[in-house]
Amino acid sequence: MSANPSLLQRLLPGTRRAPVHDFPGGVHPAEHKTVSNQTPITPGPRPAQLVLPLNMHLGAPARPVVAVGDQILKGQMLAEPTGAVSAALHAPTSGTVVALGPRPIQHPSGMDALCIVLAPDGEDRWAERRPVADHTRLGPGKLIALLRDAGVAGLGGAGFPTSVKVSLGDHQRVEQLIINAVECEPYITADDRLMRERADEILLGVQILQYLLNPHDTLIGIEDNKPEAIAALRAACAGSDVEIRVVPTKYPSGGEKQLIQLLTGKEVPSGSIPAQCGVVCQNVGTAWAVKRAVHDGEPLLSRITTVTGDAVARPGNYEVWLGTPVADLLHHAGVDKDRLGRLVMGGPMMGFTLHDPSVPVVKTSNCVIAASAEELPEPPPEQACIRCGACAEVCPANLLPQQLYWYAKTDDFERAQHHNLMDCIECGACAYVCPSHIPLVQYYRYAKGEIRTQTAEQIKADRARERFEARQARLEREQAEKEARRRARLEANRKKQEAAADSAPGAGDDKLAALKKEVGQASSAYKAAVKAAKTAEAQEADNAAELRARADSLKAEADRAKAALRDAKAAAPAQPAAAPAESSALADLKKAVGEASSAYKAAVKAAKNAEAEQSDDAAELRARADQLKAEADRLKAELREAKAAQGPAAAPAAPAPPKQDGDTPDSKTTVDKAAVDDDAAAKRQKRLKALKTAYNMAHKQYKEAHAAVERAERAGQDSDEALAAMHAKVEKLKAKADHCRDALDALVEQAKADILAHTGKDLKTLKLDAARAESALRDKADELERRRDTSDADTLETLNSELDALQEHAQLTRLALKTAVEEQGLVEE
Amino acid sequence: MTTVLIAIAALLGLAALFGAVLGYASEKFKVEGDPIVEQIDALLPQTQCGQCGHPGCRPYAEAIAEGEEHNRCPPGGDTTVEALADLLGREVLPLDNEGAEDASVERVAYIREDECIGCTKCIQACPVDAIVGAAKQMHTVIADECTGCDLCVDPCPVDCIDMIERPVTLATWTWDRPAGIGRRPEQRIEVVNL
Amino acid sequence: MSLINAPSPHTSRHTDTGAVMRQVVYATLPGLAVLVWQFGLGSLLNVLWAVLVALTCEALFLRARGKPVAFYLKDWSAVVTAVLLGLALPSTAPWWLTLIGVGFAIVVAKQLYGGLGMNPFNPAMIGYVLLLISFPVAMTQWVAPGDAPAPADSLALFLGQTPADAFTGATPLDTFRTWAGDAEALAGRDILAGRLAGPGWEAVNLAFLLGGLYLLARRIITWQIPVAFLAGLALPALIAHQVDAARFAGPLFHLFSGGAMLGAFFIATDPVSAATSRLGRFIYALLIGLLIWVIRTFGGYPDAVAFAVLLLNLAAPFIDYYTQPRAYGHRKANKGANP
Repeated sequence: MSANPSLLQRLLPGTRRAPVHDFPGGVHPAEHKTVSNQTPITPGPRPAQLVLPLNMHLGAPARPVVAVGDQILKGQMLAEPTGAVSAALHAPTSGTVVALGPRPIQHPSGMDALCIVLAPDGEDRWAERRPVADHTRLGPGKLIALLRDAGVAGLGGAGFPTSVKVSLGDHQRVEQLIINAVECEPYITADDRLMRERADEILLGVQILQYLLNPHDTLIGIEDNKPEAIAALRAACAGSDVEIRVVPTKYPSGGEKQLIQLLTGKEVPSGSIPAQCGVVCQNVGTAWAVKRAVHDGEPLLSRITTVTGDAVARPGNYEVWLGTPVADLLHHAGVDKDRLGRLVMGGPMMGFTLHDPSVPVVKTSNCVIAASAEELPEPPPEQACIRCGACAEVCPANLLPQQLYWYAKTDDFERAQHHNLMDCIECGACAYVCPSHIPLVQYYRYAKGEIRTQTAEQIKADRARERFEARQARLEREQAEKEARRRARLEANRKKQEAAADSAPGAGDDKLAALKKEVGQASSAYKAAVKAAKTAEAQEADNAAELRARADSLKAEADRAKAALRDAKAAAPAQPAAAPAESSALADLKKAVGEASSAYKAAVKAAKNAEAEQSDDAAELRARADQLKAEADRLKAELREAKAAQGPAAAPAAPAPPKQDGDTPDSKTTVDKAAVDDDAAAKRQKRLKALKTAYNMAHKQYKEAHAAVERAERAGQDSDEALAAMHAKVEKLKAKADHCRDALDALVEQAKADILAHTGKDLKTLKLDAARAESALRDKADELERRRDTSDADTLETLNSELDALQEHAQLTRLALKTAVEEQGLVEE
Repeated sequence: MTTVLIAIAALLGLAALFGAVLGYASEKFKVEGDPIVEQIDALLPQTQCGQCGHPGCRPYAEAIAEGEEHNRCPPGGDTTVEALADLLGREVLPLDNEGAEDASVERVAYIREDECIGCTKCIQACPVDAIVGAAKQMHTVIADECTGCDLCVDPCPVDCIDMIERPVTLATWTWDRPAGIGRRPEQRIEVVNL
Repeated sequence: MSLINAPSPHTSRHTDTGAVMRQVVYATLPGLAVLVWQFGLGSLLNVLWAVLVALTCEALFLRARGKPVAFYLKDWSAVVTAVLLGLALPSTAPWWLTLIGVGFAIVVAKQLYGGLGMNPFNPAMIGYVLLLISFPVAMTQWVAPGDAPAPADSLALFLGQTPADAFTGATPLDTFRTWAGDAEALAGRDILAGRLAGPGWEAVNLAFLLGGLYLLARRIITWQIPVAFLAGLALPALIAHQVDAARFAGPLFHLFSGGAMLGAFFIATDPVSAATSRLGRFIYALLIGLLIWVIRTFGGYPDAVAFAVLLLNLAAPFIDYYTQPRAYGHRKANKGANP
């Protein structure tokens, strides 16, 4: 066929030229078209409810713009298009939105999807229409937007949004605009009647499409079994440059790819769309809908649907509101329920069985077949494939259907794809001719579905792999960073120590502090040991003596540390300011403490000796030692209080951190308190650590000893005495470990009590406070976010300030919890 | 004698020549295939679930390459075992899925959000970072990224994570396989709304 | 109220594998009639007995394989196999010969491969070749055409008894092979003195041609296989005959002797074991024809349809591998079955 028709041919519109091309295969099923094409189009039913699925078209579902209870006028938009490939949805008549929810829709799965349910009020009141008399004035951009907003989608079968199909890229050139009027499926006559009755409107629609696409040729392809429609189109197209091409009746010449091949000889390359080879195909019904949308300002509200089959009394074509349930349509056409054997939406070759007659008529519903069981009988069971090749003879895509069948049957999807399964258009010609009644199309659909699922899974697996690897990399990086930080810290500490050693005078403060700490530690360890010893004695434990000895050694240690501290203080010339600040009372107290402790020490020693000698006055001595201990403790407490009392006064004089200078007195107090607490916390932490180590050691020793005893007993070589001695040792070690643990517990308890004392709250309360504050903060943030779009500025400001306050509060509680925990050297278990 | 020497020399010369040519060709036209670990990894389902006893799919791929059994991937099912056997030229072994759930049902983790206390334990457990949330904030699963490995279920201190079946949607629905030769599926549907 | 739920298409051409197979059986009837007319009642007895044996074997094995017996018997494929093998056997064949051949064809060549549609070889030809190799004498004894034994004698032969008269005579193909190269001797043989080929045999082949044309007209088979088969047989014969008429028989002689027409329209067209694409089928049948001519002319056996068909059955997947059609929207045809 020449790409450039001669001038004569252009001047003689409607010249019938037989197509010189053909497509392979094809079948000639019984047509059954006269059942429905003898009567003119009549209005469809006026149902009680219209069910309008949000995805009547191919692509993204529309987004509802109405709410339940809204009063809607005819033609008012119910849902707007979302995304690039989408179409709007309008009310086919005036009424009320009564529901917005899942309803069965036009899908072979029989599943539900979101629908808008409209109850018509019977008045059929129009919303404002904006007809465009001259589409050329509007310009292509606005015209395309108009089609999108009018919800025009392909009425042929797939329901592809028309606005997308007529939007061309800059470099795209349309050689042929093909109007598909073939209607090759048996039974369906909707396009046939439309062309007979509304050819003029169709032509106007075609001209709008011509304006948008600017094609070289415009061809209307129509099968030769519709002579009346051909005549009507010829009459309408006289004088225009629209060519009518009559093609021989053969199924599936109405398939987009097949029609393109018939009329132009071109093949659409596998995996691409017709536009890529310069062809755009539109259904004849779509052309009509385009005309209505532009010239009449009426969005797509209804379509011509064929109702046919032996089970309806009045088969014919009805102009049906979109959303009309099939059940209403069938009643309107006079369905005979007793004769009804099969309900098909679409044609008998490619349509699908309806699971539920409440499924609505949508933009793509060209036909509803209510067939009797004799008309479309139940398919016989599948027989073995005899490889007769009838399927290959009729395949319009030139595939090897029986090979595809074997591969689909054995789940060999790779080979199926290699044999171009994805080029199958599911026309059903192969299954139609199969003498073994194999549901070939279902096999192909099954295989295609599996392939799609596998592809999706592969993509997902690849993404999971990427994410997993990214996560691994991140974790490694974090580990490395942590390691680096640790090293840096170690390095810094080492340097600091070196610096301290290098410049003793400059580091005097540090040294002093360290010494102080040491003193504190030593004395507290001592105290703990004493306590342990006392408990032991109270329980008349064997190791009381040992504990006592330990307490003594600790005491000596404490004394040594104190002496060192004294020395250091004396030696520190950098402390002139601090020394005077310390009151004499304090010094006295300290001295008293020292004396008391040494007295205590002596008493303990005596008691120990007495115990060792098992003398009678041991108890007495012990009592004395306790007394002395109490005295010493009291003095120490006094000293502590004195120090605390002096703290605030001394602080300003002390070399406090410089950044604190500008702070309010209140915060200063806090800081000082924190400083004191810091010290105590550090002490406690050290003690905790020491005790833990001690406990661990003791426990380990005990375990080892115990094991040794058991070994010895098993061996049976040692004498009884030796065994007894070993047992005694084990017992001693066990007691020691237990005491250490008790001491540890006591210390933790004390820490908790201190927190309570400091903050007035126990740890649990603090935690709760923090959590409450956090959740309040979160709620407020949520509220703010929610109301950001709806509230006025004042409310927002209030909310904002509330949020700020909450944030502050949360921070404070968090801080309190943190400091409490840290101060007391408690590691959260 | 000379002839013998000439013959030997000629043969040696030829051997050296062809050796050189072959050596050159093997370097020059070397087929750069994926390393075997990559190929194995590509066949594994990437759920990173650890049911094979390895911390993720790639470590398992490495272990298989070093000789471990290739039937320890319950999420992959028999298909994966077959594919691996095919790739490695090993026997097809029965799937070692003791105690594992039916792999044919795809699952996804779901956090009951009002019960979540925001402990971040599940976030740390997720091998593909498919759970989002901060400490003391409610967490949620990015369903599209979830591989259904259920590693997050155990660490949850309040048991607020469920593994639920991925529901079939219109987008994921596929046609059933036909019943087969001689068999007729239940082909009647009850119609009520007419 | 319950409705039918079925995938599309919802309508069909109302054909049935059983109906297709029955058409094949009907199309063999003219050939059978001529066989009976020329060679006696033996062929009819063979066919009926073969059908009985085939159905019994098929039923037993379907039951053993746990398949629905009635459902599979309805496809008539066992009947077709039996009829074709019965037609190919000499009319003098005793009952046990048929029993062995048909039993082997149904059980080993068909059911053990998985039943209808799964067998790589034509079952009838497998049975035929088994008998030809195992019982060469019994398989090559034909009655002289036109000298048909009386029904009683046919029955006796069928029951394995040797009647008083010996009916055996050489076939035209045999005769030509024996005297090939000797023009005078060939000219003196009555058995070669038919209009197209040997008398009697030409009538049998014409009858099978008629049946074959019926199958073509009913679109049960496509033209590629018979046409290519006959072309593959006739063309080399034509060329060779031009070179040396005394040594090589002419194309008409080849086309109307032995099992040529039965093979071209009924045996090579068995879709299960043939190549599948149109081009593939043409090549497949062309090679069968060629191979028949080669074996008839240079081989050790007088006729060669069975051997040629089985050899090409073996090659059919290979032919399919290279003859896939170009699918719509693709620039090149696929090659091979693997990606």
